[in-house]
Amino acid sequence: MQPKLLEVGGVTKSFGGVTALSNGRFALERGSVHALCGGNGAGKSTLLSIVMGIQARDSGIIRRNGAEVNFRSPREALAAGISIIEQELSPVPAMSVAENIFLGREPLAGFGRIDFRSMNSMAQSLLDDLHFDIDARTLMMNLSVAKLQLVEIAKALSYDAEIIIMDEPTSALGEAEADQLFAAIRTLKLKGKGIIYVSHRLSEIFQIADTFTVFRDGAFVDSGSMATVSREQLIQMIVGRPLKEEFIKTNTPGDETLLSVRGLNSTNRVRNVSFEVRRGEILAIFGLMGSGRSEIFERLFGLVGDRGGEVVLDGRRISVSSPAEAIGLGLAYVTEDRKGSGLVLSASVRDNICMAHLPFLGVGPVMSGRRESQSARDMIEKFRIKTASDRLEVAGLSGGNQQKVVLGKWFLTAPKVLLLDEPTRGVDVGAKREIYRVMSDFASAGGAVILISSETDEVVGMADRAVVMRDGRISGELSRTELSADRLVHLAA
Amino acid sequence: MEAKQTIAPGTEARGGGLRRRLAVYGQKYGILVALVLVCLVLAVVNEYFLTARNITNVLRQTSINGILAVGMTFVILTRGIDLSVGSVVALAGIVAASLATTSSTAGVAGGPYPALLAIAVGLSVGMACGAVSGVVVSRFAVPAFVATLGMLSAARGLTLLYGGGRPVPELTPGFRVIGTGEIAGIPVLVIIFAVVFLIAWWVLSATRFGRHVYAAGGNPHAAVVSGINVRRIRFLVYVISGGLAGLAGMMLAARTGSALPQAGIAYELDAIAAVVIGGTSLAGGVGRVTGTLIGALLISVVNNGLDLMGVESYYQQVIKGVLIVAAVMLDQARHRRE
Repeated sequence: MQPKLLEVGGVTKSFGGVTALSNGRFALERGSVHALCGGNGAGKSTLLSIVMGIQARDSGIIRRNGAEVNFRSPREALAAGISIIEQELSPVPAMSVAENIFLGREPLAGFGRIDFRSMNSMAQSLLDDLHFDIDARTLMMNLSVAKLQLVEIAKALSYDAEIIIMDEPTSALGEAEADQLFAAIRTLKLKGKGIIYVSHRLSEIFQIADTFTVFRDGAFVDSGSMATVSREQLIQMIVGRPLKEEFIKTNTPGDETLLSVRGLNSTNRVRNVSFEVRRGEILAIFGLMGSGRSEIFERLFGLVGDRGGEVVLDGRRISVSSPAEAIGLGLAYVTEDRKGSGLVLSASVRDNICMAHLPFLGVGPVMSGRRESQSARDMIEKFRIKTASDRLEVAGLSGGNQQKVVLGKWFLTAPKVLLLDEPTRGVDVGAKREIYRVMSDFASAGGAVILISSETDEVVGMADRAVVMRDGRISGELSRTELSADRLVHLAA
Repeated sequence: MEAKQTIAPGTEARGGGLRRRLAVYGQKYGILVALVLVCLVLAVVNEYFLTARNITNVLRQTSINGILAVGMTFVILTRGIDLSVGSVVALAGIVAASLATTSSTAGVAGGPYPALLAIAVGLSVGMACGAVSGVVVSRFAVPAFVATLGMLSAARGLTLLYGGGRPVPELTPGFRVIGTGEIAGIPVLVIIFAVVFLIAWWVLSATRFGRHVYAAGGNPHAAVVSGINVRRIRFLVYVISGGLAGLAGMMLAARTGSALPQAGIAYELDAIAAVVIGGTSLAGGVGRVTGTLIGALLISVVNNGLDLMGVESYYQQVIKGVLIVAAVMLDQARHRRE
C-alpha cells in the first residue's frame, strides 16, 4: 500500500489552559480532495496552522509520505511540499503574474539583473500546463479574484507542492468563477496532488471532495467518503444536533407592493432595472459576480448619484441622495463586505450596533449612554450574539457573530425594507440558520427582504421570487414554483 | 482533602484575577503609570520639583502644546494629520496681535482694538486655515500629510507677508491677560487649557459628533453606509485643529508680550508626540483625549525634570525621541499580545 500524502493523528493544542483542539486527525490520499468541515471555532484553523508549522502542537503525530515530520515554520512545510492558499490573498498588485509567482527567487542574469525572459517563459509554461488562460505578463491588479487564486495555485506548484491547502477559496467567487477553480482542482487531482479543502459551502464540498473530516468544538467528530454521507447527515455532524431543515421559511408574501423600482440605472453598466417587492416577501437577486447586483443596492441606498429611474416606497416616489436619507426612509443595507464596509472593527459591539441610529439615541447632539447600552443589549439578546460584554471590540467575535452585529445595527433602525448582499458568506452553518430565521421573521412581520446571493441553494431555499441579473440587466424572473438551480444558472450565464 | 479542594481553586482564581486586573490597568493606564513614576522619582531626586511654583510652571508649559495636541487628537482619530499647526500659531498670533498693539508702526490703523475682538479675529484666522486644509482633504481627497504640509508652508509665508517679517510688540494689557493673567493663583493659560480639554473630552465621549469621529476614523466605508457624513466630519476636525492652533498662537503671543513671525516652528511635532504617547492610533478610530493630556504632561514633566537636574537641552530632544518610540513600541507589543 502506498503511504498517504499526509496523515495527522491525535493532535492536541491548548491555549492557557483552554483546549482549542483535542484528537485532531485526518488523512489525505494522493490524487484526492479532502474536505475539512466544521463551524467557526471547530478547530480547523488551529489544526491547519499546526500542520503548516505556524503553531507548535502539544502532542500528536504528523506523517508525510509515511515519515514523521515536525515543521517549525511555514517555510519548512513548503520545503516538504505543503502549500497553503489563504482565504485572503495578498498579491503584489503592481507586479506581473510571473513576478508574483517567482517573488523572492527570481531567476538572475549577470550582475544581479532579473532574467525576465526566462522568468516569463517559466511562468507561462506553468500556467499553460494547468490549462489556465492567463498571460504571465499581466499585472496582478488587472486580474479577477478567481484568476488571482489560479495564480496562487500555479505558485504553489512552482514550489513542487504535492499538498495544497485551500481555506475558503470560493468565499469571494461567483458560481461561474468557482467552476473555473473546480476545473483547476480536477487538473491537480489528475496530476496526483492532494487538496485539503476548507469551506462552509456544503454544495461545493459535495461537488468537489472525495473524503471528509468533521470537527466540532475542537474535537474530531467523524470522517469518511463523501459517497457514503448525505447532506443532512453532514450538517448534523457539523452542528451537533439534528436539523430538520437547513433553511427556515415561514413567511408568505402579501398583496401590497412595498418597494417598486422602474427603469433604474446605476454604475457599472447597470441599466433599466425594474422589479418590485411586496410586504412579507423575500425577493432574491441572483447573478454572477460583476453582473451588477450590488450596484442596484448602492443606487437604492444613495451611495451613488441619481442616474435615472423611479423608486416608489410605500406608494410614495422617493429620491435618495445619501445613506442617511435612505435610513430615514426605512431602508437597511447589509453590505457584501462585512469587514470592509459593514463594521468598524476597532469599535465596540455597542458602538457598532448603535451606529446607524445615533440621532435617536440621545437628546440633540448629546448621546444617552443608557439608551445606547439598552439598545445594544436588546440586539445582543434578539440575535443571540455571543459576546462577554457590549464594550468588547467587535474584531474579537467570530464571523457569524460579527454578521449578527451588522444585522443588529440595521434592525435597531426599524427598517421596512432589508437589502441583504450575500448575508451568509463566511458564516458557519448554525449562524446561517439564524440569519435565515431572521429574514423569514422580518418578512412575516410585514417587511420586505431583497436578498443578493450567489448560492443557488440559498435562493431556492429562501426566495419567494427571484430576478436574475446578467451584464447589468435583468435577464429573467422566476416564481417560487419555477425556482431551480438549473434555471437560475441558465439565466445568469 | 476536601477543604484543600475548595480553597485551592478560590485562591488561584483570586491570584489570577489580580494579575489579570493589573495587566488590564497596565494596558489602560500604562502611560499614566509612567507619568506617576517619573513624578515620584523627580520628587525624591529634587526637592524643588513638588513646589507649587514648579508645578504651576510645568502646567503653564504644558498648556500651549496641550491645546495643539487636543486639536491634533481629533484629526488623528479620523486617520488624518495636521502638520500646519505650528505655522497657524504664528499667523493667528501675529494677526490678533496687530489688532491689540499700542505700537503705531506694527498695528492696524485705528488700533488698539478691544482684546475680545482681536481674539475673535485670531480664532477665525485659525479656523479659516483649518477649513482650507479640511476642504482639500475631504473634497479633493488629497492625503492629509500633503494638504497640511502645503498649509505649513503657506501659513508661514502669509505670516511673514502680513507682518513684513517683523514682530508685533507692545500688546495691550487686556490682550495679555490670556498669557500672563492669574485667577485665584492659577494661570489663565492653564485655565484655558483645562476648559479646552474638558470640552474636547465631553465632545468625544458624550456627543454624536464624537461617535461620528471614531466611526469615520475606524472604518470610513462602514461609517458612510451607516449614514454618517464622513466628508463633513473630516472637514470639521481640521477646522477644530486650526481654531485651537489659533487660540494657542494668541496665548503664546500674550505670554511673551509680542507676536513673532518665527513663532511655533516645529510645534506640530510636539503635538503629534503627545497624541501618540497618549495611545491614539495613527491608523485612526482608537484613542482618547485623556491619553493626550497625559502624553502632553509626560513630555513637560520630563523636560522640567531634566532642566532641574541641569541636563543640557540637546539631551532633552534625544530623550523625547526615545520616549515617543518607546511609547509606540509598548503599544504595539500590547496589540500583538491581544
